[in-house]
Amino acid sequence: MNKKAIAFKCAKAGFIGLVLLFLYAPILLLAVYSFNATDMIGSWEEMSFKHYAKLFGDPVIMQMIGNTLLLAFLAAFLSTVLGTLGALGMYYSKRRIKRAVSVTSQIPIINAEIVTALALAITFVAVGLPKSFFTLLIGHMVICTPFVVLSVIPKLKQMDNSLYEAALDLGASPLKALFKVVLPQIIPGVISGFMLAVTLSLDDYIVTSYTKPSTFNTISTYVYNATTKGNAHTAETLSSFWALTTIIFLIILTVVLVANLTGKKNKGVKK
Amino acid sequence: MKFPRFSRKTLCIPYAVFLLFFVIAPMLVIVFYAFTDTNNHISFYNFSQFFSDPVKLSTIAYSVVIALITTVVCLLLAYPVAYILARSNLRKKSVILLLFITPMWINFVLRVNAIRELMNWIGILGEANYFNTVFGMVYDFLPFMILPLYTSLLKIDPSLYEASADLGGNGFTTFTRITLPLSFPGIVSGITMVFLPSMTNYVVSDMLGNSKVTIIGKFIETYFGTDWHMGSMIALILLIIVLATTLLTGGFKEDENIRGANL
Repeated sequence: MNKKAIAFKCAKAGFIGLVLLFLYAPILLLAVYSFNATDMIGSWEEMSFKHYAKLFGDPVIMQMIGNTLLLAFLAAFLSTVLGTLGALGMYYSKRRIKRAVSVTSQIPIINAEIVTALALAITFVAVGLPKSFFTLLIGHMVICTPFVVLSVIPKLKQMDNSLYEAALDLGASPLKALFKVVLPQIIPGVISGFMLAVTLSLDDYIVTSYTKPSTFNTISTYVYNATTKGNAHTAETLSSFWALTTIIFLIILTVVLVANLTGKKNKGVKK
Repeated sequence: MKFPRFSRKTLCIPYAVFLLFFVIAPMLVIVFYAFTDTNNHISFYNFSQFFSDPVKLSTIAYSVVIALITTVVCLLLAYPVAYILARSNLRKKSVILLLFITPMWINFVLRVNAIRELMNWIGILGEANYFNTVFGMVYDFLPFMILPLYTSLLKIDPSLYEASADLGGNGFTTFTRITLPLSFPGIVSGITMVFLPSMTNYVVSDMLGNSKVTIIGKFIETYFGTDWHMGSMIALILLIIVLATTLLTGGFKEDENIRGANL
């Protein structure tokens, strides 16, 4: 019986390990080869940082990384402002208005991205708006803002409403009360909404490809085009993506670790 | 004139206007294009053409099959993972859960590219297009299945398992009578989160299927270049299916939103 239990435990751990291996194998493969001089996975040459040199030395790639970050932070910032205001307004509105806005707000979340993208692209053409950074920004705000609203709403529901009334009674203007009393109570939701918007924007391919001007590339569209359409310097470009993937993976790993460690500390303090 | 008194409700106006212009209006534009012809006359041609063209119907059919296989494989892999994690009394189980979600934060296209390189190395890229597509989709959408399952399994009161054992239920009975029914909401939300993208996200099928696998999403993309009216019709049909499914499964659940849940 005891032996059986141990075997069962090992089987469980083994299964978890296998699925994790499945998830990490492709990334680790690239990470290992990113430090090798070869341009082809499978042929092993000496250790080298040439893929990293190529990555950081290529102005086109550097620009597309810059574009991606600029777009992500700008779209996330605007989505956070719009979504936080929207969530506040919804929270204090009459039931019918609240319901109408919240149902509409869920459409981009449940909808297939391709449908959102196609609808936006056709609409821009129909109203004569040429594709530009502005249309791309709108596209990203459409997919990000509903998630910001979703992260802020629960914090509003947990909020103590009497504090706002107390602030007004003590002579604060409604605007001041909003900034000094309401905002501090919902700020965790606002921040997580912002982070969520950044990751959604960084990750997006389909809406980006439908709303971007042809000269503008993000990591997603650049890598997609390089792998499916091919270009003159493919082999070298493709291997510089190994370095890019490795860097992003390390950054994420660091963020996750730091967030996890500090998160535990906070919990400890509260308890 | 007195400045109107500030009301908190008015904060909603910018977002409502934004939704009106960039969510509702585009949906209406799609409906308009779907039911008009190139001369902007009302026409049901696209509608009837869609349901009578065997090429379109077969494309849709195998896109659905690909999505079904992906969803089933994800469910079969994710359920044991979620179950083991939810029921283990490890203190570090949230860390292990985090390990399953971390790869999701790497750019989607870069992740698909990583599998592409792996397949290229093994030598199956361009050989087994359908298998590769399904493999890539399972890889990319698996975390979407694990999290809702984990959330719903974690909610099950452990005393129910004990009660079942006390009343003479063996492991199998407990699973089919307690675990499975109580985790059903998680199964439903996992399925909806995996099924839709695997029907429509053509990045995976293009990059891993050697551009030979056409799923519904790719289908819409090709029509975007040639025939907006038909493209809009397909998009509209997809939208109606999505809305119907959402209504049937009881709407979108905030607490099972995988991307929001772990930040």
